[in-house]
Amino acid sequence: MSETSTTEQTTGIRPQRSRMSSILFILTLIALIIGVSVCNKLPAEHPLYVSNYMVTLLGKYLTYAILAVAVDLVWGYLGILSLGHAAFFALGGYVMGMHLMRQIGDRGVYGNPDLPDFMVFLNWTELPWYWLGSDHFAFTALMILLVPGLLAFLFGWFAFRSRVNGVYLSIITQALTYALMLAFFRNEMGFGGNNGLTDFRELLGFDLRSDDVRLGLFIASGVALLLVYLLCDSILRSRLGKVAIAIRDAEDRTRFIGYRVESVKLALFTLSAMIAGIAGALYVPQVGIINPGEFAPLNSIEVVVWVAIGGRGTLYGAVLGALGVNYAKTWFTGAFPEAWLFALGLLFVVVTLLLPRGVAGLLKFKRSSKAAS
Amino acid sequence: MSTPQPSTSPAVFRRDKVFEFLIPKQVEDLDLSHGTALYLENISVNFDGFQAINGLNFYVNTGELRCLIGPNGAGKTTLMDIVTGKTRPDTGTAWFGQKINLLRMDEAEIAQAGIGRKFQKPTVFENLSVFDNLELSMAGTRKLWPTYRARLGSETLDRIEAMASTINLLPQIHALAGSLSHGQKQWLEIGMLIMQNPVLLLVDEPAAGMTHQEMDRTVELLTRLAGDHAIVVVEHDMDFVRALNSPVTVLHQGSVLAEGSMAEVQSNPDVMRVYLGTESSSC
Amino acid sequence: MSLTFHALQRLIRAASLLTLLAATCSIQTARADVQTGIDELDALFTQFVEGKGTQRTEALDALAALGREDTRELLNGILEGDLMLHKETDTIVWATAQGREYTMLSLDKQTDLGSDRKRRLSRLKVTNQLRGHLRSLIASLGLRSDDPVERLAAIDALMESPEDLPDDTLQDMLANETDSKVSDALLSLQARKLASSAQPEERLQALATLSDDLSNDSRSLVQNMAENDEDENVMTLAAQIARDQAAKVRLYAKAETVFFGLSLGSVLVLAAIGLAISFGVMGVINMAHGELIMLGAYCTWAMQQLMPNNLGLSLLLSIPVAFLFTGMIGILIERSVIRFLYGRPLETLLATFGISLILQQLVRTFISSQNVPVANPAFMSGVLEVNSVLSLTLNRLYILAFCLIVFAMLLVLLKRSRFGLEVRAVSQNRAMARAMGVPSARIDSLTFGLGAGIAGIAGVALSQLTNVGPNLGQAYIVDSFMVVVFGGVGNLWGTLISGMTLGIANKLMEPWAGAILAKILVLVFLIMFIQKRPRGLFPQRGRAVEAH
Repeated sequence: MSETSTTEQTTGIRPQRSRMSSILFILTLIALIIGVSVCNKLPAEHPLYVSNYMVTLLGKYLTYAILAVAVDLVWGYLGILSLGHAAFFALGGYVMGMHLMRQIGDRGVYGNPDLPDFMVFLNWTELPWYWLGSDHFAFTALMILLVPGLLAFLFGWFAFRSRVNGVYLSIITQALTYALMLAFFRNEMGFGGNNGLTDFRELLGFDLRSDDVRLGLFIASGVALLLVYLLCDSILRSRLGKVAIAIRDAEDRTRFIGYRVESVKLALFTLSAMIAGIAGALYVPQVGIINPGEFAPLNSIEVVVWVAIGGRGTLYGAVLGALGVNYAKTWFTGAFPEAWLFALGLLFVVVTLLLPRGVAGLLKFKRSSKAAS
Repeated sequence: MSTPQPSTSPAVFRRDKVFEFLIPKQVEDLDLSHGTALYLENISVNFDGFQAINGLNFYVNTGELRCLIGPNGAGKTTLMDIVTGKTRPDTGTAWFGQKINLLRMDEAEIAQAGIGRKFQKPTVFENLSVFDNLELSMAGTRKLWPTYRARLGSETLDRIEAMASTINLLPQIHALAGSLSHGQKQWLEIGMLIMQNPVLLLVDEPAAGMTHQEMDRTVELLTRLAGDHAIVVVEHDMDFVRALNSPVTVLHQGSVLAEGSMAEVQSNPDVMRVYLGTESSSC
Repeated sequence: MSLTFHALQRLIRAASLLTLLAATCSIQTARADVQTGIDELDALFTQFVEGKGTQRTEALDALAALGREDTRELLNGILEGDLMLHKETDTIVWATAQGREYTMLSLDKQTDLGSDRKRRLSRLKVTNQLRGHLRSLIASLGLRSDDPVERLAAIDALMESPEDLPDDTLQDMLANETDSKVSDALLSLQARKLASSAQPEERLQALATLSDDLSNDSRSLVQNMAENDEDENVMTLAAQIARDQAAKVRLYAKAETVFFGLSLGSVLVLAAIGLAISFGVMGVINMAHGELIMLGAYCTWAMQQLMPNNLGLSLLLSIPVAFLFTGMIGILIERSVIRFLYGRPLETLLATFGISLILQQLVRTFISSQNVPVANPAFMSGVLEVNSVLSLTLNRLYILAFCLIVFAMLLVLLKRSRFGLEVRAVSQNRAMARAMGVPSARIDSLTFGLGAGIAGIAGVALSQLTNVGPNLGQAYIVDSFMVVVFGGVGNLWGTLISGMTLGIANKLMEPWAGAILAKILVLVFLIMFIQKRPRGLFPQRGRAVEAH
């Protein structure tokens, strides 16, 4: 800190970056977590009472927000429009689902202590090798990071090295999630086929249906979002974050000043996939099911829309977009189920045409124009 | 492949003939002991039947300032693409100093080895500030983790500030590069190039879009840089080339037509034919 | 036909007046006569209903020998149980079940006899043995039919037991048969007879005929001879023919796979080629392409609703209607959204995806979220039988041809017309094209409309192959993009070749991998391929492309 005060010139040149938005966001998030937890414990007739249903719903939204941050990290800052991030989300979810299936033990319909019900139903006699270890939570936690991370690494390794760019990359990420969806629909894959994994009972000995555990999962999702936000923020504030933006805006130029574009892309893409995996793993115990529908290309594109609406290139924008659009979706599908796809479709068009920087961009613009005047 | 390839490995172990991924990546230290920074020999490139470069031989000495001129389509930009790793030639060899084989390296490796490039159309990172642009291009580590952990020390700040004042952008240091004028972007890109501290600079049309004063300053800057750096300037503006007062190489249809001082080249009958279209061609 | 008739009289062993007389005699001893309403049949049916064992066989033979026009119909009626005995009146009637009752029709089908409860009627009892006899009688009667199709059916029925047909009858028929298909069938029937002959020469002769016949029973006959024949020459020849036949069958199976592959490929090409125009020529990613295909399929449905009695014409008319309709929608999309997003492919992708959601929901809201029924006109159904192993379904054949026609027309349009020239000019250098007076904005609209219109045409074709519903398009969008990217963007020939290649690859893998796994494998292959060659099979190269 000594150099800041040595000469006036160096203080003048050192960029002053406002951390206001980050701090504001973090405080709001903490307030939300604490507020919801407290309000949930109020008596049911209290006006500020937050129902258990609402807690689980918010918990689900928070996992979506984590997913949105993951997409924003690669799309907003690196220019990689991934139409396959739901695949990483679903993979994380499946890993968690496998663990939860094993936790059922002999309380399933068929009472088999080792095999999940659907395997007994298919007349399987032993666990496939890739289910080994899924009964240990620590192993599962590791796999939640490794499985999506490894897939993203392999995929990115080939894609980025051969410089697959722009829409081509988007299309093959979409093909990736589509292929995975088809694969997971097959019973032979050993992941419950069409029905997926469900009927979970407990996690780490806690009953998943108890209200306290649901609140706990909500808090865990909130904390995970906070940590993910802090991690991404620290990357984006570093020189590496500037390199990412440089790659987004002028990839060739970045190469010609000596940065290994492929490595930066690969590292951030893999990290992003891992974050998506965490989101999926937190999502599954809260909704109680994971099935191949989560791989559907539409899901991935929806995530992109959350980010686009919230404002890509700002982390809090992605979070706002995920929460806002999903709240709207819940409200619409309750009130006008027919209209939701119209609304979503219009959102796509309106945001791309009129709000290229999303709601966050709108806020920023307002602020800077105020500052100018 | 008539010229024998310089190879450090004994003939029995033709390690350069095994699968590419088995070759250990050895970024050799730059060896300029023979006084030549760049060797291009027998280079040919063909784009779908269009012979962009045709058996080109081109050498640049250390610390030399060289101008490259030639009509459109002569292969000037393609030559730069080859040196910086953007285009792979069909035949030929390209060495940087005595030990670095450019044809085996990608753009980032070549840039790290010490070759900087300014594009024809100024490309800066428009959504980053002038400061960030200079910071990113500053010589130093390019590895992921150190880049993530990098902090702005006072030495770094001084260098960036010095460069910003050299290129006349100190007042706009925190402005987004996208908000600069065309000429300012040219300057910023030149500044970024120098921040890289390269051994060899490839400068593609630096004077485009500049006023006369700016041009003069550019000439001054380039002449000052020569000596410490080898510089290849591609330019169409003959006044600018004349002002640089340095050896000139004329490219035509992908190969070297003439080399020498500006005066020599201008009086060369081949060059006159190509540029002015006397004798053989009617226009 | 007199000769055939003559022969047949011999064929039906009991068809003599003698049996007829004998039968009539026995009827008189019966207790109660059965009524049929036709004099000459009363006695026969009485004998059939009340007689025992051979008496009943004889009654059938006699019925066959009567040579009535409706003989075969009657025999069939007995076989199928459509003829019943009304127990109260002891009358034989044609009975049709209607709820809990049978409606009854006189035997000559002239008089309506009302209806009665089911238990008042009983079927004519037919033993298994009689059933076989009935079948061979019906077949023999079929052999003298004037209709070649019926003769063919009768011959086919005899293939199982060729010994039922006397040699001289066969010779007679062979000598008089004019229809080539029927005589082919007769020849193979003859071969089957010869195959069981005691003479090795005749068996060798049989093999010569059988070797051309790839049907299952012919092959098993040859196989049987190759393994069990007493004569060594016959055995060796049979073994060789069996090998040849197996090879041929394998070849035809391959050919069939390739045909299925081409058929799938033509669907892929049809679905992708519109995209190849908007993506390849204009660089616009149209995620609503699948929904334009879906709308094209709905056009077929709508046309069929308008003219339900003329399926063929409505299908033909759907082609231009779908082209214009989806083309207009395409132009609308281009004018209202896409033109604001040129040069921003990722944004275009998102916006058109939003449009695709809206289009889907429009169909769900205003038509139905269920699939709609689209009928196949008569000329689309049916098979082209190349031989007994290889038969090609006509609808797939037509769609293959249709795909090639659309492709050729498109190629001509882009390569030979003024419009095509302008499209190519704009796609290569927009500024220059404008400078030379090409109205680039209008060309953009029309090009996009053309791509959209072709998507509509693809929808018409798809409506003949798959279910038509709001989700139809989604199934094709990923595949279509893969085809375009695999073939090389901006290259129509590449699209054709890549679509066909992917179709064939898919079908080749299906037998050992299963349909879904084959699809997954193809997708994985494509993902790897694009990473290895990002510009596809037939890339556009050169400086202009590098600059993008």
